[in-house]
Amino acid sequence: MTYATSLACRECGREFPLDPLHVCDFCFGPLEVAYDHDGIQSKISRERIESGPRSIWRYKDLLPVDDDFIVDLNVGMTPLLRADRLAEQLGMRELWIKNDTCNPSWSFKDRVVAVASSRARQLGFKTLACASTGNLANSVSAHAARAGMDAIVFIPHDLEAGKVLGSAVYNPTIVAVNGSYDDVNRLCSELADNRHWAFVNINVRPYYAEGSRTLAYEVAEQLGWRAPRQVVAPMASGSLFTKIHKGFQEFQRYGLIEETPVRMIGAQAEGCSPITSAWRNETTNIRPVKPNTIAKSLAIGNPADGYYALKTMKRTDGGATAVTDPEVVEGIQMLAEYEGVFAETAGGVTIAGLRQAIANEQIDPNESTVAFITGGGLKTSDAVVDHVTQAIPIEGTLQSFEAAFAEAPEAVGVGG
Amino acid sequence: MARRRVRFTFEGDSVTEPVIYLVGHEFDVVTNIRMADVEHDFGWVVLEVDGDHDEIDRALAWVASKGVRVDPVAGDVVES
Repeated sequence: MTYATSLACRECGREFPLDPLHVCDFCFGPLEVAYDHDGIQSKISRERIESGPRSIWRYKDLLPVDDDFIVDLNVGMTPLLRADRLAEQLGMRELWIKNDTCNPSWSFKDRVVAVASSRARQLGFKTLACASTGNLANSVSAHAARAGMDAIVFIPHDLEAGKVLGSAVYNPTIVAVNGSYDDVNRLCSELADNRHWAFVNINVRPYYAEGSRTLAYEVAEQLGWRAPRQVVAPMASGSLFTKIHKGFQEFQRYGLIEETPVRMIGAQAEGCSPITSAWRNETTNIRPVKPNTIAKSLAIGNPADGYYALKTMKRTDGGATAVTDPEVVEGIQMLAEYEGVFAETAGGVTIAGLRQAIANEQIDPNESTVAFITGGGLKTSDAVVDHVTQAIPIEGTLQSFEAAFAEAPEAVGVGG
Repeated sequence: MARRRVRFTFEGDSVTEPVIYLVGHEFDVVTNIRMADVEHDFGWVVLEVDGDHDEIDRALAWVASKGVRVDPVAGDVVES
């Protein structure tokens, strides 16, 4: 049984029933799920969580879905890796990598879509929908297939075929909109009002956003029931960033971990950094931008939760970074070469942002730090294809190998 | 009749233009401001626009032509 009680406006506090609503009718502020905290407190414990499934559903007491409606693709409980080799490169003492590339559709979107699709089923929807250029569409399509629901995915007409494949294989309806990115935004916002479809990040967004909190829950549990002192996470809409912090706060509130301040550092690419720009300009007014970066999964020029991300940074003595596209590629390479994790460009932003935050003294290299890697590298292989090790062509003879090895032993990379 | 919830973002000269007043005169739509934050060279206004569906489209296109960014109130919904 869920302990979700209502939807509450983050601006004016007005409450609404647990319906497919995302904006306050009175002030147009965003809605967020509210819970019966006493009910949760009376039931939740470390032991209860540890005896649950090895997925986000071990935290079901904290999620806005009743058991009978759960759409389960075994999302979550992804590895938390101690990253000593990368830490040494960065001059850090304790660095951890939360590797969310290991989710069923290879990105953290599975967390939010798992919750959104489950709640959508509970609300009686038969169709899941989204507007997406990649990760979100993949996850919506996969979850709809798992749940036996219909899926309809809206994409810009000029999206590369390869990016559609990760959704198309699950057999959703794919609609290619002949228009600009803004046209797709506008169309889907209107459709969400007019159709009885669960647009995961529009009319059921309050439930969708709740899934991101499980990242913090898992990290705290995997660290042996403690929060890290510092977090670096990528920012697109800003929702993930704020919900990670909220997750740590909730675990503290329920006595599952000790009260520890967690400094929140957000990472963006310079080519789409409206939140970081506002932070640097010391304003909470986000100026929308036209994205121009290889970090496409973070390319949200008008971030819905940017204001709340800024508030989180301020409240936690945190900050924001913005890194160039070449730095993004370097970040991907560092993570792959030192820790064996192949991240998409958002992961490159996170690692490069971590490096920048250390240089800017936003992060203390002696404190425990978790970097969130939110998607797998094969999704954005174009970004690194020209920057990685090339094969050494040889004939199938020992002589040919020895000749090549003698010429370029460093390329072969091994001694003996 | 239709109703649209939108966010206008003003920068530079558009901050000082009475765009919301004018759109109500130029087009058969009713505007209703719900939230706003305006500084000297930048600002945003969240508002409801009521009217015929096509008239709202025309009105919002006219607002955009005045250098004002027009977005759905939910922000960007196209995600990776």
